[in-house]
Amino acid sequence: MGIKFSLVAVVGLILAAYIGVTAAGLSHFFGVSMPYLAMILFLGGFVYRVLKWGRAPVPFRIPTTGGQEKSLPWIKHAKFDNPSTKGQTFVRMALEVLLFRSLFRNTKFEIEKGHKLFYQWEKWLWLASLTFHYCFLVILLRHLRFFTEPVPFFVHGLEGLDGFLQVGLPGIYITDGLFILAVTYLIIRRLIIPQVRYISLPQDYFPLFLILGIGLTGILTRYVYKVDLIKVKTLTMGLISFHPVIPAGIGPIFFIHFALVCTLFAYFPFSKLMHAGGIFLSPTRNLPNDSRIKRHVNPWNYPVKVHSYAEYEDHFREKMVEAGLPVDKELEEAPSASAKP
Amino acid sequence: MKIYDGKYILIGLLVFGVLVTFPLWFDHGKAVAPADPSIKTPVIEAMMAKHCILPKDRMITEHMKLLNVWRTQVVRYGKTVYVAPGGEKYDMSLETECFRCHSNKAEFCDRCHNYAGLDKATDPYCFSCHVVPGEKNPGAGKVAMVHKESK
Repeated sequence: MGIKFSLVAVVGLILAAYIGVTAAGLSHFFGVSMPYLAMILFLGGFVYRVLKWGRAPVPFRIPTTGGQEKSLPWIKHAKFDNPSTKGQTFVRMALEVLLFRSLFRNTKFEIEKGHKLFYQWEKWLWLASLTFHYCFLVILLRHLRFFTEPVPFFVHGLEGLDGFLQVGLPGIYITDGLFILAVTYLIIRRLIIPQVRYISLPQDYFPLFLILGIGLTGILTRYVYKVDLIKVKTLTMGLISFHPVIPAGIGPIFFIHFALVCTLFAYFPFSKLMHAGGIFLSPTRNLPNDSRIKRHVNPWNYPVKVHSYAEYEDHFREKMVEAGLPVDKELEEAPSASAKP
Repeated sequence: MKIYDGKYILIGLLVFGVLVTFPLWFDHGKAVAPADPSIKTPVIEAMMAKHCILPKDRMITEHMKLLNVWRTQVVRYGKTVYVAPGGEKYDMSLETECFRCHSNKAEFCDRCHNYAGLDKATDPYCFSCHVVPGEKNPGAGKVAMVHKESK
């Protein structure tokens, strides 16, 4: 159900862009209105979501921990799995964001031969996600050549490294292939592992199909249905400089690719893709585990009026003594208190 | 409205904003004139009906594929004659065929390649071996000489 819905949505987007550009004369919508709208939604939505999370108070330390807490000096402290200072937490976050450490720790367990429980390393998800994210980053940075003039040096460096196989012309990029492989793995994983498939929803499949569509149309644009890059860059530079122009004669495959990318940007803040910002605001990750070192007082504690036992006894000492109840202080020991009403 | 840990969150958002809008501030929002390759060379000027090997729009998008095929044909299979869809025959050679008309690399090849963001020195790598007409390129010349002698 979720698979079909997501697939239909992505195919619908592709068809809408194709028909819109070739038959309905909507080049201006897909070339100018849609990217601007997408950027506004992306930037505005991203900031809104982050600020919304920022408004949620996190008074107590609730980090998820994966190692020995800081304790006695002769007990080995797992600094980055159970950080106790801001510095250690920073390292933990950096490892998490840059290397996906919590995915690396992924294990699967199964009962083998009937009666024994086995825990196994399960590194494929980590490998595929890391490949996917870094390839996406390289591809994104490579695309800067369409949005900058002159093109910054690191883009040339990336292109050189990425295309160093020098196979064919235009040369194949290693990240293109790895990217498609990784996304395909992530889709297949969702489909064939029963437990993962059971919890998968349309909002899990849709971004995967969308991103696969972006990758495939991008590859088609570069290697098969080639478009006039000079015109494409005229269009993109027009968008960047806020003087949009639509040069005639750009192939529809470009508009399909562009429409899918715009959809991804517009959809980003409303979806699970916000984990990009969310990882930094995860209290289970970004807090040092120092509850036993520092006292954390809830900042919005209501000032409770307390009535301690000492005060209670002061109030009722005479009556308590009369009734024969034991008291901490005898009547003569507390003359000033017994005078109170 | 209170933002908890606002210092960190706002710094993070600021960094995000600066990175995401990189093209905007890198280009200072100026409009750049698109590449305008020149075909004003003596040979082309003298042509009655100006035409290339393939129609113009196909040459724009397919020339790199064509050159790659030519390279394979000449170097691996020893074929040197290309027959265009119209029946004309062309010598499969960048230096003697392409540059016969397009003798202005700086105003023709480079303008688009630079605009499209290809690295001037290494991409396309045609000219790490081939001689650019009118330019001295001693290292590349030697490779070309050796290639001719060995034929």
